[in-house]
Amino acid sequence: MQIDLKRFHETFFEEAEEHLGTIEAGLLSLTEQGADPELLNTIFRSAHSIKGAAGSFGFNELARLTHVMENVLDRLRSGKRSPDEALTQHLLRASDTLRELVAATRKGEAASVPTDVVLAELSAELADGAAPATGEGAPRSAAGAGSPGEVVYHIVFEPEPDLFRQGQDVFLLLRDLAEVGTVLAVECRRDRLPPLAEMDAETCYVGWDLRVRTARPEDDLHDVFMFVEGSCKLEISAEAATGATSAGAPVTTEPGAIREDRRAGPQRRADSTSIRVPTEKVDALINLVGELVISQAMVNQAVSGYSLTPELEEALSVVQRSTRELQEQVMAIRMLPIGTVFNRFPRLVHDLSAQLGKRVRLESEGAETELDKSVIEPLGDPLTHLIRNSVDHGIEDPEQRIGAGKPEEGVVTLRAYHEGGNVLIEVSDDGKGLDRDRIRAKAISQGLVRDDVALTDDEMYALIFAPGFSTATVVSDVSGRGVGMDVVKRNVEALNGEISVRSVVGRGSRFRIRLPLTLAILDGLSVRLGRDTFILPLLSIRQSVRPEPSDIKTVLGSRGEIFLLRGEQLPLLRLSRLFHTAGTVEDPTRGIVVVTETDGRRFGVLVDDVIGQQQVVVKNIERNYRKIDAVMGATILGDGRVAFIVDVAELHRVATRRRQSDDEMEHVVGESAVAAIAAAQEDGA
Amino acid sequence: MSKTALIVDDSATMREMVSYTLKQAGFEPLTGANGQDGLDKLTGQQLDLIITDLNMPVMDGLSFIKAVRARDEYKFVPILMLTTESQVEMKAQGKAAGATGWLVKPFNPEMLLQVIGKVVPK
Repeated sequence: MQIDLKRFHETFFEEAEEHLGTIEAGLLSLTEQGADPELLNTIFRSAHSIKGAAGSFGFNELARLTHVMENVLDRLRSGKRSPDEALTQHLLRASDTLRELVAATRKGEAASVPTDVVLAELSAELADGAAPATGEGAPRSAAGAGSPGEVVYHIVFEPEPDLFRQGQDVFLLLRDLAEVGTVLAVECRRDRLPPLAEMDAETCYVGWDLRVRTARPEDDLHDVFMFVEGSCKLEISAEAATGATSAGAPVTTEPGAIREDRRAGPQRRADSTSIRVPTEKVDALINLVGELVISQAMVNQAVSGYSLTPELEEALSVVQRSTRELQEQVMAIRMLPIGTVFNRFPRLVHDLSAQLGKRVRLESEGAETELDKSVIEPLGDPLTHLIRNSVDHGIEDPEQRIGAGKPEEGVVTLRAYHEGGNVLIEVSDDGKGLDRDRIRAKAISQGLVRDDVALTDDEMYALIFAPGFSTATVVSDVSGRGVGMDVVKRNVEALNGEISVRSVVGRGSRFRIRLPLTLAILDGLSVRLGRDTFILPLLSIRQSVRPEPSDIKTVLGSRGEIFLLRGEQLPLLRLSRLFHTAGTVEDPTRGIVVVTETDGRRFGVLVDDVIGQQQVVVKNIERNYRKIDAVMGATILGDGRVAFIVDVAELHRVATRRRQSDDEMEHVVGESAVAAIAAAQEDGA
Repeated sequence: MSKTALIVDDSATMREMVSYTLKQAGFEPLTGANGQDGLDKLTGQQLDLIITDLNMPVMDGLSFIKAVRARDEYKFVPILMLTTESQVEMKAQGKAAGATGWLVKPFNPEMLLQVIGKVVPK
């Protein structure tokens, strides 16, 4: 049989990553909860799982490290050692090394990760008590004589009555025995056999006397009986003079030693409870379903002008319903619990608070909240930054906290939940809150606001997301260097999300990220410009209004226009001018102003008409063509035409820039865009 | 006729490896992620082999073995326990619970099949 263990490597590495998360989270809770048996079991089990599989695959470095970790954990579990800070640190360090080792092994560079130091540390932990058992699974040294010729053994095998209830099959044993040597004589011991009427068919009453001649060592005979040795009377004794090896006492043996076995094998088998599928396959499926949804909409639109037979109408509605369901189900495949990201933060908070001399506890809620894998992965960085920020700038020093009448230990809360078609993720702390005065002073000194402008709280807090903005008086080692909140905001916006902040002085701050469930589908408002259709993401739209002539004001001869929304002045952008669409409404009062909001700033977008709200399948343009300003993607409409999806945040930036210089905006509507979309479709299929 | 085997292990890697190996050896593998999950897979069908890990969340291997043995239709099914704890007491406890044999991790497919050969008729 040819079985290539490489086929299981990917599963192993993915699983090892999960176990690493468990180990790390567990070790961190260890400091708080002490030697909780269930917790220790969980950590132990993870180390144990990695070790077991690593050994089978010949990842010896991994097996060795997890083995030693397991020994240390076992001592904790058995109460021979209690978890103190030093031990936890050693274990954490070991788990770091383990992580590196897993990554390196994945690349086939296991040797590049030095493990001596952590192994020495852990071994030292083991050394200050009784030495634990090590080297299990090591080759069993062949006890007894070699094979100096054939020997005749006398074997007495008398099973206990309940042998069958262990699933043993005596005939298999006898057959195996015949493979080890030549069976010279078999005699059945029937002295325990009761009268037939009293006989229980499930009980074993008989035993055997056997004589076997073999050149193999006596251990091989014991191996035959290895699974029954504890539940039978077994005597093996050599009859001939050669090699007078001992007999009688049951010997516990193990079935074998680590052996390298890497051979090629055919097809992959599927696990019946779950299957692991490469992400590309799921993506291809999602893309295909997207196409299906579009085609389905096209069919519906194509037949809308005809009168249909009831059968056809019924069939079409079934197709429509099934398509929707199919789409939902397929999208669900790619959903992952956000806990996969949350897992890394306990460690971060632990390390940061130790570094800053603060006491901070991380609480998380809603780790099971699911969202698209493509959204989850890029979330790691912004969340890390927010948490760092909360621990560093939000939570006060223990003395300050006590002085403010708060518990010495600060709490950072990570929370995820669904709301409508969105996922909300909050990072909040019970720290000192944002310092309004300092933000204001900083904003003024940076020229972000004029000192005579009164700002609302929300406007003020929105300033912290401005590029280069940092209020930290001392640039600490933890945050306040490199990335700022502007990067967090950009990261979130790249996921079609938005971020906001609430804060109460002395009580704490809360950052809230609102994300779509997936990047593949978007809730949009379709609007008309001349003969073209554009999609505006619903998330950034506040309302749509048909303006009165008095609502529109032109500012000082420039092209700047102002839209008055119940007295509030909003900049007005004409989408038709930005995209150079032909045949559009020139008179604003004959069009519609869509009020959008981004960065806490609102502005009006003038379009010809609002067609309606719809879910669209997002097609990437950049990957297949190139980046187009203020366009985040495209979609194919029910009638087969292409519509651009407008990036509202960028639209605002581009429009502002454009007003300053007179740069022409990218204009790619029509032929070339259709070509780009066609390329996108081909690429995705 | 193909034989049916149930594999119970909390490690997906092990489940995959053991299932795959068994499939190559002509078994139809069923899997469970822990003892309870394994029990749920036992619906009275004919079973020729059970392979179970010992240390698992929710329900450990020993409890699983006992629960299987308590069911009439699985009283005599060979059960192999997978363990890295080569200590005598784990094996003894397993045997007392009703396990047929054991296999010490780490193992490779060849060793697995060899041990299966000891408890399942060819």
